[in-house]
Amino acid sequence: MTTVQASTDSLLLSASKHPLPRRSSLGVAAATLVVSALLFVLTPLDGVADFLVFWAVAYVLAMTTVSVVVEGSRRARDRLASTLTAGALILALIPLVAVLGFTIARGLGRFDMTFFTHSMLSVADSDAGGGAYHAIVGTIEQVGIATLISVPLGLLVSIYLVEYARGRFGRVVSTFVDVMTGLPSIVAGLFVLALWVLILKQGYSGFAGSLALVILMVPVVVRTTEEMLRLVPDSLREASFALGIPRWRTIQAVILPTALPGITTGIMLAIARVSGETAPLLLTVFGSSAINFNPFSGPQEGLPLFVFNEAGLPNDTALARAWAGALTLIALVIVLNVVARLLVRRSKLQPI
Amino acid sequence: MGSPHPDGGSTLLVPETARPEVPGPTRRPTRAKERLADRLFRRLTAGSAAFILVILVAIAMFLLDRALPAIYQDSTSFFTTRTWLPDGTPPVFGIAALTYGTLVTSVLAVLMAVPVAVGVALSVTSYVPRRAAQVVGYLVDLLAAIPSVVYGLWGLIFLVPAIGPLSKWLADYFGWIPIFTSQGIFGKSIFTASVVLAIMILPIIAAISREVFTQAPQSQKEAAYALGATKWEMIRTAVLPYARSGLISATVLGFGRAMGETIAVALVLSANYEINIHVLAPGGNTIAANIANTYGDAGKVGQGALIASGLVLFVITLIVNFGARAIVARNKDFRVSAA
Repeated sequence: MTTVQASTDSLLLSASKHPLPRRSSLGVAAATLVVSALLFVLTPLDGVADFLVFWAVAYVLAMTTVSVVVEGSRRARDRLASTLTAGALILALIPLVAVLGFTIARGLGRFDMTFFTHSMLSVADSDAGGGAYHAIVGTIEQVGIATLISVPLGLLVSIYLVEYARGRFGRVVSTFVDVMTGLPSIVAGLFVLALWVLILKQGYSGFAGSLALVILMVPVVVRTTEEMLRLVPDSLREASFALGIPRWRTIQAVILPTALPGITTGIMLAIARVSGETAPLLLTVFGSSAINFNPFSGPQEGLPLFVFNEAGLPNDTALARAWAGALTLIALVIVLNVVARLLVRRSKLQPI
Repeated sequence: MGSPHPDGGSTLLVPETARPEVPGPTRRPTRAKERLADRLFRRLTAGSAAFILVILVAIAMFLLDRALPAIYQDSTSFFTTRTWLPDGTPPVFGIAALTYGTLVTSVLAVLMAVPVAVGVALSVTSYVPRRAAQVVGYLVDLLAAIPSVVYGLWGLIFLVPAIGPLSKWLADYFGWIPIFTSQGIFGKSIFTASVVLAIMILPIIAAISREVFTQAPQSQKEAAYALGATKWEMIRTAVLPYARSGLISATVLGFGRAMGETIAVALVLSANYEINIHVLAPGGNTIAANIANTYGDAGKVGQGALIASGLVLFVITLIVNFGARAIVARNKDFRVSAA
């Protein structure tokens, strides 16, 4: 009873005060801008980043003070919350802009024909030429083989989880898929190293890299496919069963086609994710400066590996190659992402 | 209706019992065959599911198989030694410093990423208009798509020099707090690695938080508004209490991600094997980064030692992920499907 009374009081109190006009935040922003600018001109305070931070803090403090005085503490708190969340949003987008901008600016320097048509064979670190042709070939083969293995496996597992699994075993498998999702990529690489390279003595190869990528790719395919299969309405299944169509034909001819656009999106996002994986390749593909078209024997290069190796060298020429490789990787990943999103937009099944 | 077909009416006149069999396979065998196909398909999917279990058990087994001999050859205690000289005679190596570095960088990354990620999720779900929210959500997802080696390169070339002033400021004004004490300015510190990790785990924490926030019951939100709550009061009373366990599990999952991150940390840190509480000082190392940096030169014992450290990382992330699952399971109001 008393709390109701109290909150009514505070409500009446804040209602008696008038809210600030809508443009007032702009006014406070301008005022704090002028004050911070003056301070930076007159005192030893210095630097663009310092200035922006100073201005932001000054704005938040001034706005909150004005709001407390004019509107009361409840509206002030509300205003502070919306300012801070907007600030978080801007803060989160800064690295995106910085990484993309920096990579494009630095990467375009060596983003030329030589880069896409030459390998690093007999190119010294300090030479200006050389390219990532061998790395691109390797990445296409490694990711291609990984996709060929992961997609059928992932589809079957998710079909089992959605269409068949009842009880304990299904829950155990689901838990293990979650564990696999959280598996550090370097551990996947270590596993293939231990089993394939050290115990079975198969040596470093593109295929060993593919095996490591499969371990990282399968859980992503399973999770996204599972989500899409669960969105297929049960009425479709029941209609198919009512026509006397057996379960496996129903899955193959009714359920999978319905969920296909979403599944394709999931697969493309999975490809995008593993294309940039470096750590497992380091332990399984090992890297090479020459072109190796055969993914089943001998070390290969991969694009992420190429970037990592060139980035570790002290020469500016190597660094330029690293940036060009990073730009190629980002372009690849972003194209895959954009196409995947466009596909899901055309799907009739929309995730919530 | 007079059928023009000569036989049109005649079939109808034939009594039911005398009607010829429908051509093609009879019903019964077809059914049996289909049941067989159904059973085979079910077994195929169940077998694939079982294969997932086999892979994970095999990962644990083969890592153990390679790790144990190396640990036996270690002349000191594997868990408490800081040095990493597995190919020396006698081999001396331990994961104390590496585990410490892994945990500290990840904890710092989570501390930096969580407030920002929750703010992003709140503004996307409650403040930004729907269309803009879609665009922003997409941009934050894009942050997750950038490969870690690109973050590493960016961190090494851009962030390491750029973070100097911030480190100096922290050391100048907060140097009295032991962790911020630093002699001089250093870019390649645990702090820098944590900033890179924070950027990398921000999207996943933001994505899960967003999902949790959108699942807060609409009726509660409307009830809060009906009582005259401001938007922030609505969030505080109707959204946040509901989202608490989801936020905790998002944080834990982000923590797990940060611990397993390899390449970005390997590029940004200048490795050493010290346990140093001054996060702005140079050096520090993590389990994953140590594997990436020293694998190329490792000998036989060295490889086993690195696999042993990887096994420890595997076990730690396993514990963390199960912790996150347990938190979600205790509060079954929602499902965390993002990962």
